[in-house]
Amino acid sequence: MKITGPLRIAYNSLLTAKLRFFLTVLGIIIGVAAVIMVMGIGASAQGLVLSQVKKVGSDLIAVLPGASQEDGPPASAFGIVTTTFTNSDLEKLRERRYAPHLKVVSGYVSGSATLESKRESYEVSYQGVSPDMIAVESLDLEAGRFFLAEEETDLSRVIVLGATRAKEFFPNGDAVGQTMKLNDLPFQVVGVLSERGSTAFSNPDTLVYVPLVTAQKLLLGINYLNFARAKVDDVANIERSRSDVEALLRQEHDLEDGEENDFSVRSTAAALGILTSITNILKYFLIAIASLSLLVGGVGIMNSMLISVSQRVREIGLRKAVGARPHHIIMQFLIESVFITLCGGILGIIFGVGLTYVASIVIVKLGYEWEFLVPLASIFLGLGVSFVIGLVFGVYPAIKASRVSAMEALRNE
Amino acid sequence: MALLEIKNLTKTYESDGVRTEALKEASFVIEPGEFVAIMGPSGSGKSTLMQILGLLDRATSGQYVLAGEDVTTLTDDELALLRNERIGFVFQSFNLLPRTSVFENVELPLLYASKLPGDAKTRVDAALLAVSMDHRAQYFSNQLSGGEKQRVAIARALVNNPDIIFADEPTGNLDSKSGLQVMKILQRLNNEGKTIVLVTHETATAEHASRILRMLDGALVSDEKVSARRNALDATDLIK
Repeated sequence: MKITGPLRIAYNSLLTAKLRFFLTVLGIIIGVAAVIMVMGIGASAQGLVLSQVKKVGSDLIAVLPGASQEDGPPASAFGIVTTTFTNSDLEKLRERRYAPHLKVVSGYVSGSATLESKRESYEVSYQGVSPDMIAVESLDLEAGRFFLAEEETDLSRVIVLGATRAKEFFPNGDAVGQTMKLNDLPFQVVGVLSERGSTAFSNPDTLVYVPLVTAQKLLLGINYLNFARAKVDDVANIERSRSDVEALLRQEHDLEDGEENDFSVRSTAAALGILTSITNILKYFLIAIASLSLLVGGVGIMNSMLISVSQRVREIGLRKAVGARPHHIIMQFLIESVFITLCGGILGIIFGVGLTYVASIVIVKLGYEWEFLVPLASIFLGLGVSFVIGLVFGVYPAIKASRVSAMEALRNE
Repeated sequence: MALLEIKNLTKTYESDGVRTEALKEASFVIEPGEFVAIMGPSGSGKSTLMQILGLLDRATSGQYVLAGEDVTTLTDDELALLRNERIGFVFQSFNLLPRTSVFENVELPLLYASKLPGDAKTRVDAALLAVSMDHRAQYFSNQLSGGEKQRVAIARALVNNPDIIFADEPTGNLDSKSGLQVMKILQRLNNEGKTIVLVTHETATAEHASRILRMLDGALVSDEKVSARRNALDATDLIK
């Protein structure tokens, strides 16, 4: 049997009942478009997150208070405040005899407060950090200086502005030397950071920085650290450094053998792995949800094909009268249903790619470094799934059509 | 050898415990090249007989030999192949595929042949020429008049060069002029050697055949040669 016959019939049906065809394949269009979008946006989002983590540097390790699974989120992600990680731990980490491969270490605390200049006032997020933070995070200065060693602990009221914050408060670029009020306390601006763009979990451009102990004592009223980050002298020494830090902190925290750590040591590389697995799970979950609409679309196709069979009983009868065997009829209806779903799939791909592109434009406008991505696999997946749906949901109507009795069908005259 | 031979053919339908004998012990022979009309009023069993002879239905009992082959024991697929190769159908309501060209309608039986003939296009063209519809080959079936549709249906019945053509009330949906044209074509085909079995309830139409089988209440009641056969090829009168 020539394949062009059934294809032509399906094509002609499509032309003569465009709205019905569109409604029939709408489920497939939506499903395939959703899969394309989820895979495209998912891949872009994954790329964004991973690139941001990489931007922080793959030679970093982080120490977080509270125990956590190696591949799970830290305790702080669940809103748990742990106060056992303190400034004295930070001092120990800086001693080379305990962790010889740690080049620079910075403690971090964070909060939010109102920051005021003479003219402007904004609610800002701030971080209390060590002088080495700028080296740890590989940040550059646009103007002025970063904190001096003694300023970490002497309650200096000095402040360094992120690039965006500096522009907001001092559009003329004369931030350094100005006095600002953070939480009603006067601070002197000593430096402005160069623009960096967002990195993992934060955007240094929109932050302001004060010395660590100044933030702890004057702004937050705490005596513990939110976390610490350290730069390792070589990527190859990351695991070694993690072990060193773990051993040191266990000793500092008087943990017995077998007792669980009350802190977590993470590396950027490990974070990359965790983020990849988390985003993958999310992506597959979303694809599974999108696939549900494909299932609904398939049921719609089956319904439409069953209607088509009942409307074309005489045609089937005639075909059988002139010699069509059941397998010819089955093939014809399968080809028709696959043709319909493939058309839906192709439309879905076009819509999906278009919407992914629109989404990428919107996300870029919102200020993210977003790459428009449509994985080739998603195109093949869309086409493949459309084909399979046409086949699976076309089988029953096709078999039903093949069982039409030529005599009964032609007797309907 | 007879082209078609039936012996004691019966067809019984059973519905809700009620048995209806649609065909009772029918026996006759049709030789190659005959033009036979099966006549009878509505419900006489003539359509049932034609469906069995056309291998669209099976008899409840009796024997049916087509071109020397006993078809009563064949499988459905074998019957379909036999229909494709040896039988052509012309129906009252034409049964052309909608939204499909005249050429493709005529080509249809060739698509279901055990092997697609290499000269398919030539065959379709020849069949269309035989019914003077070659100039409408690319028209869609819904663009044709009733008479043209029936001529296309005859071309479709001819395309596989069957042994026998079954025409079930082929003029029933046509005006008299178109009906006459159809009968002309059937008579010409018969003159060229094609065996034709025509089912009709109209005496005037039946008289175009060379032999008339009359049915009543499922039984064959007469089998007569037509003494004054109507000749559509010369006819100037109208059939109806």
